[in-house]
Amino acid sequence: MIDVHNITKRYGHHTAIDRVTFSVAKGEVLAFLGPNGAGKTTTMRILTCFMPPTEGTARVAGFDCADQPIEVKRWIGYLPETPPLYQELTVTEYLTFVGRLRGMTGRNLTSALDQTIGRLELGSVRHRLIANLSRGYRQRVGLAQALLHDPPVLILDEPTVGLDPKQIIEIRELIKSLAGSHSVILSTHILPEATAVCQRVVIISGGHIVAEDTPEQLSARLRQSEKISVTLRTPSMGCEAKLRAIPGVLNIFPGQTGGNLLIECALGRDMRDEIARVVVANHWGLLELRTVSMTLEDVFLQLTRHEDNQPLPAEAMAARTADGAVATEDPVA
Amino acid sequence: MTPVQAVIAKELRGCFVSPIVYVVGAVFLLIFGFLSYLYVGFASAQAIQLMQQMQGGAQINLNDLVFRNLFASMRLVLLIILPILTMRLFAEERKLRTFELLMTSPISIMEIVTGKFVSVFLIYLGLLGLTGLVPTVLMLFSDFDWNPVLTGYLGMALLGALFLSVGVFASALTENQIVAAFVSFGLLLTGWLISGLGSLLGDTASGRVIAYISFMEHYDRLVRGLIDTSDLVYFGSSLIFMLFLTHRVVESARWK
Repeated sequence: MIDVHNITKRYGHHTAIDRVTFSVAKGEVLAFLGPNGAGKTTTMRILTCFMPPTEGTARVAGFDCADQPIEVKRWIGYLPETPPLYQELTVTEYLTFVGRLRGMTGRNLTSALDQTIGRLELGSVRHRLIANLSRGYRQRVGLAQALLHDPPVLILDEPTVGLDPKQIIEIRELIKSLAGSHSVILSTHILPEATAVCQRVVIISGGHIVAEDTPEQLSARLRQSEKISVTLRTPSMGCEAKLRAIPGVLNIFPGQTGGNLLIECALGRDMRDEIARVVVANHWGLLELRTVSMTLEDVFLQLTRHEDNQPLPAEAMAARTADGAVATEDPVA
Repeated sequence: MTPVQAVIAKELRGCFVSPIVYVVGAVFLLIFGFLSYLYVGFASAQAIQLMQQMQGGAQINLNDLVFRNLFASMRLVLLIILPILTMRLFAEERKLRTFELLMTSPISIMEIVTGKFVSVFLIYLGLLGLTGLVPTVLMLFSDFDWNPVLTGYLGMALLGALFLSVGVFASALTENQIVAAFVSFGLLLTGWLISGLGSLLGDTASGRVIAYISFMEHYDRLVRGLIDTSDLVYFGSSLIFMLFLTHRVVESARWK
């Protein structure tokens, strides 16, 4: 549905995004993750034909963003970073205007209007001036504007900013319900949001794509070894040596509390039952045994911190994520 | 409703909820009314003088004494007032980031520019219509020829359209409304002053070209009651040229 190939955008001497390539299938929800100034908004603006790329091509539903902007715009619903609202209009007037801009008329428009207002629970404010609405409502009106014409492609720049926790959950549910029938790209720097809503995550940093995969795969890939945390009630002096003797165990670190150990094992092997057997046989008293997984937050920090020190060739990263193999070298080292 | 009509309707609605149109309209009508009163006052003073000299029966020409002067004075009033009407059109959209909505909607830039221009032009025509009260009232008490008055109104409409298009262009240049208003003042004043340069250069080729570029002589002919195709062509083409420039400016904003 969305095909971005090697796009670069330069502002004078500043390169905002550099050879960014990714694609979104029909019905897929993709999260665009990155620190501020990473190039998320620039990429979205190129996709919505707000600005053309300096190099490369972006296509939406087969139409080129630079050559056929009107066709592309028909397919897209876009919520910019700042919701584009006219303060002097009421919610209904505003949405009617937006609908007409997109060529909707008559009953078609009225029914879409009612449906969208219902969907975003704007019924109670529909006749109020946008200038008098709270931030959360404004954000929802902005989202209503993007959804009004039921576009097959939705591009949402930080859709949950300014909402309260209950609204955030509602909007996430809404976005999830759009998956399948709509292709969605949403940018965020709230990591749990990406995990909660999206099937795929693109991490962008300094204008480069540094990783692209499902949230689970990403954390698995960046883990160099499995880590298992064990808590023992009565650890004896030799327990570390005995655990280290289990084939497959690479290293053992003391944990934060006494009796807690962090066991590093070879990748791709679940050592939990063997460790449990040794612990029980030695009567150390097994209190807790669990694998320590890397959160998306860790992945994100590793990848983006890396960018600051030495740039990772985008090709290498793309190759790594494309072949599906488990990463063996540490990208941070 | 087509997208262009939607833009026009939204702009009109935006104009009437903001105080700008009311203030501009009130000042415009007040000045028009005051100037009419002044010129009618001068005319009647002259009439009384003439009657005393000629022992009655003197016919005062309202067309020359009132309307020509009135329309000529309105140039300056329009020059000052119309930039205020146009300054917000694009500048505000940029400032409030609603520009992004327009630019990512399936509507061409020309349609946006046209819609915005037409909306302010309609408001201006409404104001002109209200000034029609002055000749209507004068008609009740005196005789005058309606034709030069109508060409004067045509001149005001065309001159206003040109001024508004310059204002729309200036508004597209910046996101600051004050700057937009001043840029259009500057451009319009330049357009006025180069007519002086044109007459200074006299009947040379460059003098004629410069005088042609200025709106002054074209407007003056219409105020005097002359409809010349070349003047209509002047207003039409410069209007289209300004809107075209606006289109280019809006388009180029995407590249920055």
